[in-house]
Amino acid sequence: MPESLAITKFSDLANPTRFLGLAARILPWMAGMTAILFAIGLYLTFASDGDYQQGMTVRIMYVHVPSAWLSMMCYSVMAVSAIGTLVWRHPLADVSHKTAAPLGAAFTLIALATGSLWGKPMWGTWWVWDARLTSVFVLFLMYLGLIALTRAMDDPGKAARVSAVLILVGFVNIPIIKFSVDWWNTLHQPASVIRLDGPTIDKEFLWPLLVMAIAFTLLFFTLHIAAMRNEIWRRRVSAQRRMAARMAGQPSAKEA
Amino acid sequence: MTHTFYISASYIVAAIVILCLIGWVWLDGRARQKELAELEASGIRRRSARPTPKDGTAS
Repeated sequence: MPESLAITKFSDLANPTRFLGLAARILPWMAGMTAILFAIGLYLTFASDGDYQQGMTVRIMYVHVPSAWLSMMCYSVMAVSAIGTLVWRHPLADVSHKTAAPLGAAFTLIALATGSLWGKPMWGTWWVWDARLTSVFVLFLMYLGLIALTRAMDDPGKAARVSAVLILVGFVNIPIIKFSVDWWNTLHQPASVIRLDGPTIDKEFLWPLLVMAIAFTLLFFTLHIAAMRNEIWRRRVSAQRRMAARMAGQPSAKEA
Repeated sequence: MTHTFYISASYIVAAIVILCLIGWVWLDGRARQKELAELEASGIRRRSARPTPKDGTAS
């Protein structure tokens, strides 16, 4: 049956060895596609005209908006992985959310830094404690907390379960970030791309933004798959070292 | 400060963070591969990677 075939295919991917094989095949293609998309995106970015109000400062949007989008998407990927850890005990789920956290923290840092650099010339201030900026800053702190938590525990299984619970509790922040500009008064502008009535941004700016958003998203998935591969290798190294230690201890145990 | 400063600073910050991420993932991968190769060279292999005996039975 097609349904059982899909489940079988998904279960096949749960096997770390099969995942490593898949990663080895697709990573060079993904890295190449990411580089090409960044080249096109940066060309479109610097070939586009300035905004009639903001001037050339609008170019900050092409790195700020994709980073901000990724900061939320990365956390959503971690939330799905956390469900995988707690509900299905998927072998790669805890590897996924552990390796996504540093990537999410990095993209959130870019969003905060570029937002501040955009805010100073446009708003006249580097930072305000309004709903959007504060909720994104809380997201950044949550990423740092999760990184610290997974590295503070020796048992990776226990660390994964505790992190998974924390990730799912923290997911409440994602809709708060998304709708903060609608629910509260804020200096930050409301959504202008993902809207029910379609984008309100001019096509002159929309195309470079979409290409850069796809490039950033592909960069995230390339780095995430590579980091997951590294984590599987790390776990294999520690498992083999434990096995070596057991083998080294066996003769003395027999002698005793 | 001119607008060029804010634009340049934004792209430089983004480039530094992204290059650090790429470098971290790449160097981490190389280090783990080296460790696995050293373990294999010293004869320590995963059970599934061990050669099967000639009569085909598992050890």
